[in-house]
Amino acid sequence: MTFHRTLAVARKEVLQLSRDPRSLALGFLIPPLLIVFFGAAITFDVDDIGLAVWDADRSQASSRLVQAFVASDYFRVVERLDRYPDVEHVLQSGEALAVLAIPHGFARDLGTGGPAPVQLLVDGSDANTATIAIEYAGAITSAFSLRATLQGRELRPSLVPASRVWYNPSLESRNMVVPGLVAVILSILAALLTALTIAREWERGTMEQLVSTPVTRLEIVTGKLLPYLAIGVFDVLLAVAIGTLVFDVPFRGSLALLVAMTVVFLFAALGFGMFLSAALKSQVLATQFAMVATYVPALLLSGFIFAIANMPRPLQIATYLFPARYYVTITKAVFLKGVGFEVLWRQGLPLVALAALAIGATVAAFRKEVA
Amino acid sequence: MTDRKATGTAGAVIVADGLTRRFGDFTAVEDVSFAVQAGEIFGFLGPNGAGKTTAIRMLTGLLPPTSGFAHVAGYDVARESRALRRSIGYMSQLFSLYSDLTVRENLELFAGLYDLSANQREDRIRWALATAGLEGRDDQLTATLPLGLKQRLALGSAVLHEPPVLFLDEPTSGVDPVARRAFWDLVADMTARGTTVLVTTHYMEEAEHCHRLALMNRGRIVALDSPGALRASLDSPILEVRSRDPTRAAALISGLEPIEDATMVGRAVHVVTRDEAAARARIIDTLAGAGIGLLSLERVRPTLEDVFVAVVRASGGVVAG
Repeated sequence: MTFHRTLAVARKEVLQLSRDPRSLALGFLIPPLLIVFFGAAITFDVDDIGLAVWDADRSQASSRLVQAFVASDYFRVVERLDRYPDVEHVLQSGEALAVLAIPHGFARDLGTGGPAPVQLLVDGSDANTATIAIEYAGAITSAFSLRATLQGRELRPSLVPASRVWYNPSLESRNMVVPGLVAVILSILAALLTALTIAREWERGTMEQLVSTPVTRLEIVTGKLLPYLAIGVFDVLLAVAIGTLVFDVPFRGSLALLVAMTVVFLFAALGFGMFLSAALKSQVLATQFAMVATYVPALLLSGFIFAIANMPRPLQIATYLFPARYYVTITKAVFLKGVGFEVLWRQGLPLVALAALAIGATVAAFRKEVA
Repeated sequence: MTDRKATGTAGAVIVADGLTRRFGDFTAVEDVSFAVQAGEIFGFLGPNGAGKTTAIRMLTGLLPPTSGFAHVAGYDVARESRALRRSIGYMSQLFSLYSDLTVRENLELFAGLYDLSANQREDRIRWALATAGLEGRDDQLTATLPLGLKQRLALGSAVLHEPPVLFLDEPTSGVDPVARRAFWDLVADMTARGTTVLVTTHYMEEAEHCHRLALMNRGRIVALDSPGALRASLDSPILEVRSRDPTRAAALISGLEPIEDATMVGRAVHVVTRDEAAARARIIDTLAGAGIGLLSLERVRPTLEDVFVAVVRASGGVVAG
C-alpha cells in the first residue's frame, strides 16, 4: 500500500464530492438539521397532563385535592364534568388524558379519618405516559393524605431515603437525547454516504479504468474512506456545538477522546456502507440496504431509546453487532459523565474489531476482476 | 519498465497460448493463441460478442483465464497481474475517465495511480495535454469535451507512465472520421517509438491500421494475417451491386445460381461468385424482373468484411456471436 496512490484516490473523491450537491447536503446539511429538529422534538418528559375533574362533593376538601394536582405542575385541569357518564366521552375524544373522580361524601370520610376513596381514570393507549401519570397522581395523593392524617402535627419518619440523580440531575430527557442522537444520525449517514461510492464507479464504468492501474483494492477502499471520515468528524464537532450551545446539554468529557472514538466508529460505520457498495455493485440496492440495515438497529438496538439491559436475551446479543450500540454509550458517557479512556476502551475495542471486519469484508467483496 | 523477463516466443511482447474463458456453459473465448512483436499494431476484428473484449480483459489481468496462459511484457497475466499493470496501458471500451473531474484532475489522478515522481508528473501531464490537443483546456470539465477529445484524453491518461504495451478496446466507437484519423495518427506515433499495441474493433476501416489482424468469431480466431494478405486470400471475385432497394436486392440475389454469397455492406450488396459473367447476367435480369432500379454493378477489391464472411462460411460457421 503506498501513501501516494491512496492519496490520489482520496483527492479524486474529494473533488467529486465537492461537485455533487446531493452528497454535500447529505454530509453537511442533513446532520445539523436532524439534530436541531429531533433535539427539539424528541422528549420523554411527561408534564402538562390534561386532567378532567368530576367533583361530586363540591367541598373545601375536594377543591384542595384538585388544587394539589394543579400545584404539582404535572397536571392541568382541562374540563370540569357535571355528570359522571361524561367521563367516557372526554377520554375517548382525547380532550383529557386522565380523569379525577371525587365522589359525594369525600370531605365527610376524610373528616372521620377515612378511608376516603377517589378514582383516577387514565387513558392507557400510551402506556408510557399513563404509567408516569399514575405515578405522579399516586405521589400527589399520598402527600395529600399524609397532610390530612397529621393535621398539622409533626411526624418523624424512621427511614428517609436520600436520592440523588447523577450525570443528569434534572432528569431532562434532552440531555440524553442529544448525545444519543449524534450517534444515531452518524450511524445512518455514514453507511448512506459510502454505499454509493464503489457501486457508482461500477455503474459509470470508471472502475474498469481504475483497476487497470497498479492501485490495490485496499488503497481504493482507504482512499475512498478518508474524505468521509473527515466529514463525519466535522459533523460530530458541529453536533457538540449545537448540543451545548443550542440545547444547553452539558459536555463534561474530553473532546479529543470523543474525536478519537468517533474515528474508530466511523471506520466501522463507513466501512459497512462501502462493503454493501462493493458487494451489491448497485447504488440503488446498496442505498436501500444501508438504510434498512442501519436505521432500525441504530434507533432501537443501540440503547438510544430502549435500555439494552431490558431487552430479551437474543436481541441483547444482536446489539453487539452494531457499531451504534458502542457509540451511543460513548457519546452519552463523554457528554454527561465526562469519563475517559479508562472506561471507554471497553467500547473502543469492539469498534476496532468491527472496523477491521468491515474493511476486510469490503476488500474481499470488491473483486477487481471485471465480469 | 526495463526488467522484462524472457518470454517463450523469442522477441514477442504478447504471447497467448490456448487462452480460454468460460462463463458457466458459455465459452466466450476458446483456445486463442498468437504472438505479437514489439512495435506491432495487432488487431482483433470481429462482430460484437465475438470474444474480443473478454480476450483483452484476460490479457490485461482484469479477468483470470479458465485455461491456457498468456504472457504480456514478460509477466504471466494470471499470476503477476500486479506487476503487469505497471507495464501496460489500457483504454476500455466505454469512456471511463471521470466526467465530473477536469481534464487536468483526471491526468493528475492517473499520474498518482501510476506512481509517477513529482518531476515526471508535470512533464508527462504536459505531454498528454499537448498530444491530446487539450492545451489550454486543463480546467474544463471532462463531461463537456467532444467525444473525440475524450478518447484522446483517455489515451493520454493510459500512457502517462509510458508503458511498453498498450491495449485499446474499441477505441474509436462513435467518433467521427476526422477524430478517428487523428486518434490513429497518435497510435502510429507511439508504435514508431516501440510501443506494442493490441486493439479490438468491429470497424473494417479501423482494422486497416493494424499490421496484423486476428479475425474472431464466436470466441475463436478464424484467420490471422496482415490486412493485405487476408484480402489476397479471397480467390473469388467480388461484385458490388448498388440499387434503389438494397435490402430486397440482397434477398433476391442470394438465392441465385452461380452466386455463392450475397451480403449487405453499407448500402451496397457484395456478391461472391466464381463465374462472374453468368452472375452479372443473372443479377441484371432478376433486378429488372423485380422492378428494382440498378445503379451500378462492378467488380471491387475485397473488403475485410468480405474476407471475414468468406472465412467464416468456409469454416462452416455462422457469423455473429
